[in-house]
Amino acid sequence: MTAPLLEIDTVSKRFPLKATLADKVAARLAGRRAGGAVHAVTDVSLTVDRGEVVGIVGESGCGKSTLGRIVSGIYAPTEGTVLLDGKPIATGREDHVNKLTTRVQMIHQDPFASLNPRMKVGETISEGPRTHGIVSASEVTDRTRALLEQVGLRGDYADRLPHQFSGGQRQRIAIARALAMQPDLLVLDEAVASLDVSIQAQVLNLFLDLRRDLGLTALFISHDLSVVRHVCDRVAIMYLGRVVELASAERLYADPKHPYTQALFASVPTLGTGRQDFRPIKGEIPSPIDPPPGCAFHPRCPFAGPRCRAEIPRLTEAGSGRTVACHLNDGGVGQEAAA
Amino acid sequence: MSAALDIQGLTTRFDTRGGSVTAVDNVSFSVDRGRIMGLVGESGSGKSVTGFSILGLIDEPGRVTDGRVMVEDTDLRSLSPDHLRSMRGRKVSMVFQDPMMTLNPVLRIGDQMAMAVRVHEPMSKTRALERARDALGTVGIPSPEERLAAYPHQLSGGMRQRVAIATALLHRPAVIIADEPTTALDVSIQGQILAEVRRLADETHTAIVWITHDLAVVSSLADDICVMYAGKIVERGTAEEVIGRPRHPYTRGLLDSVPGQHAPGSHLPQIPGSTPQLSHLPSGCPFRNRCPRATDVCATTPPLARFGDHTALCHHPMETT
Ligand SMILES: Nc1ncnc2c1ncn2[C@@H]1O[C@H](COP(=O)(O)OP(=O)(O)OP(=O)(O)O)[C@@H](O)[C@H]1O
Ligand SMILES: Nc1ncnc2c1ncn2[C@@H]1O[C@H](COP(=O)(O)OP(=O)(O)OP(=O)(O)O)[C@@H](O)[C@H]1O
Ligand code: SF4
Ligand SMILES: [Mg+2]
Ligand SMILES: [Mg+2]
Repeated sequence: MTAPLLEIDTVSKRFPLKATLADKVAARLAGRRAGGAVHAVTDVSLTVDRGEVVGIVGESGCGKSTLGRIVSGIYAPTEGTVLLDGKPIATGREDHVNKLTTRVQMIHQDPFASLNPRMKVGETISEGPRTHGIVSASEVTDRTRALLEQVGLRGDYADRLPHQFSGGQRQRIAIARALAMQPDLLVLDEAVASLDVSIQAQVLNLFLDLRRDLGLTALFISHDLSVVRHVCDRVAIMYLGRVVELASAERLYADPKHPYTQALFASVPTLGTGRQDFRPIKGEIPSPIDPPPGCAFHPRCPFAGPRCRAEIPRLTEAGSGRTVACHLNDGGVGQEAAA
Repeated sequence: MSAALDIQGLTTRFDTRGGSVTAVDNVSFSVDRGRIMGLVGESGSGKSVTGFSILGLIDEPGRVTDGRVMVEDTDLRSLSPDHLRSMRGRKVSMVFQDPMMTLNPVLRIGDQMAMAVRVHEPMSKTRALERARDALGTVGIPSPEERLAAYPHQLSGGMRQRVAIATALLHRPAVIIADEPTTALDVSIQGQILAEVRRLADETHTAIVWITHDLAVVSSLADDICVMYAGKIVERGTAEEVIGRPRHPYTRGLLDSVPGQHAPGSHLPQIPGSTPQLSHLPSGCPFRNRCPRATDVCATTPPLARFGDHTALCHHPMETT
């Protein structure tokens, strides 16, 4: 057994809140303390094997992008370590972030914002490899053309500016730019979320082709459950900064175990025939500034018991290759005191 | 049963430097009371412009050049600007993707809703606040009494969108046009709102036009579906028919390209090319340069193929499967 390519070990990220005067007033009105921190990611452990694609799924603000940025070396974790190929790319200290780690490349959601509008796409693609000496000056042109063709664009598009391309084409360019660095790991952060479905299918097919041809390893961040099912081998479900369930895509979708995963699946509209009875999750997503005690999902959970309000559930095995952080899976939720 | 909203031949053009483009091209559909019509299409297909055109909200350089918009028995296009304004909010109202297009950031929820009530119906502020509170309750806002005192920024995105929907409901309008109202929301919150909207249509008999690019949302929410492409309604029918037996090759392609119905990791069927620019449409069928069924005849205007109430604008509609 070879070691995983990526090892994320009990990583947390808190963003301290700078309390402005307005915050202090608002905090006092709401009866809480000013200051504090956003608990963006809490105690996340995850491994990704070579050639594997792992999905990160969850609702807005649950910490998906923050985790992606930590893995890419953009943020230092507050606690914990991230190893790539056994070597730290990040530890819980700012000065240990290997800033421009070229071995992890991130692709962002917005193909309009992520490309420099004044730079020809050929330059955009070749800039990184040239500055890092990945290609020699004489190879640059050929290699750029080859990359453009690899992502399904014409080689001579290298001379064009981003505004001459549609959203789907720009996302291909962003993928070509990432591949140009010959990364060990790709982090795709909602990479197809802004695309129309007909274009989304083209980009997903490209990703599947590249994966087959190059053996890509990737973290695939998305809130779209059907996209994730289509491209990922394993999936981590996040809620309020924590991984609450981790399983192979097949198992997870066939039989979600965590009440949040179950509720999420039940509230997603599907392309069935006929009207659907929505069984939405009750209540709001709580604030990551002041997460609920115990299980963060307990205020919305139909099964919550006293233990859920008091004790944070740990990720424990629930059958082979699956872990779940829920007291139901780990000794029960406790008995309500008799009324 | 008579239609709450009946649109015939609606056409809207924009005069731009590159010439005139027809963003809404001869659009016709009707929605009965208590029904939800899903208006679905990809970016730029003309969904929002259709919504704005219905409400008479098209500004320069655009103008509605043709068509009839009947709300119950009033033709909105024949009304004076004042009269039209008095219909908006009262007989037909709109909910936008960004609720802050409806809400005023510096006013308390209760105050702005009460104002919206009293614009159309003179009554005491206390009475108007009661109406506002009831409307908030109708869209599933917990403790509506307390929310009346809140400012918009004190509410979550999902709550704000509910307030916008509640505001649209204040006068029990015959028609609500909702333009991507849940697109920016999380699935769990979207699920809550879709459930409330379904209940509203059933209980208040409001006719709803639900604009979205999300096929899964319309298929699970709407009674009827119109599919837009390049400004035209290319297919129309009950949700069951359009999703289950699509007739237009574009609808078919769109539905096929949604992941989730295919073996994981398999190649998704894809529509070649990119979503069209209105200024560069091919002659005849606007879809023909991407269409797998296209033949020479597709360079001429396609006929409206009929399958009972289910229609498709196409020379070679899909056979039944
Ligand atoms: N640089 C930052 N400074 C302060 N807070 C931040 C920062 N980045 C993220 N956060 C906060 O951390 C939490 C997690 O954010 P993150 O962007 O990781 O969520 P996400 O899961 O990617 O959400 P989305 O689906 O909306 O992209 C949020 O509450 C967010 O406001
Ligand atoms: N102010 C304007 N000036 C010129 N053209 C316009 C203007 N507003 C809209 N259009 C044209 O109308 C077309 C339809 O736009 P519309 O906003 O209705 O699309 P949509 O279907 O709502 O797309 P989306 O899903 O992106 O919201 C656009 O392709 C654009 O060309
Ligand atoms: S009219 Fe022709 S080109 Fe247009 S959708 Fe039908 S078959 Fe395709
Ligand atoms: Mg994000
Ligand atoms: Mg729109």
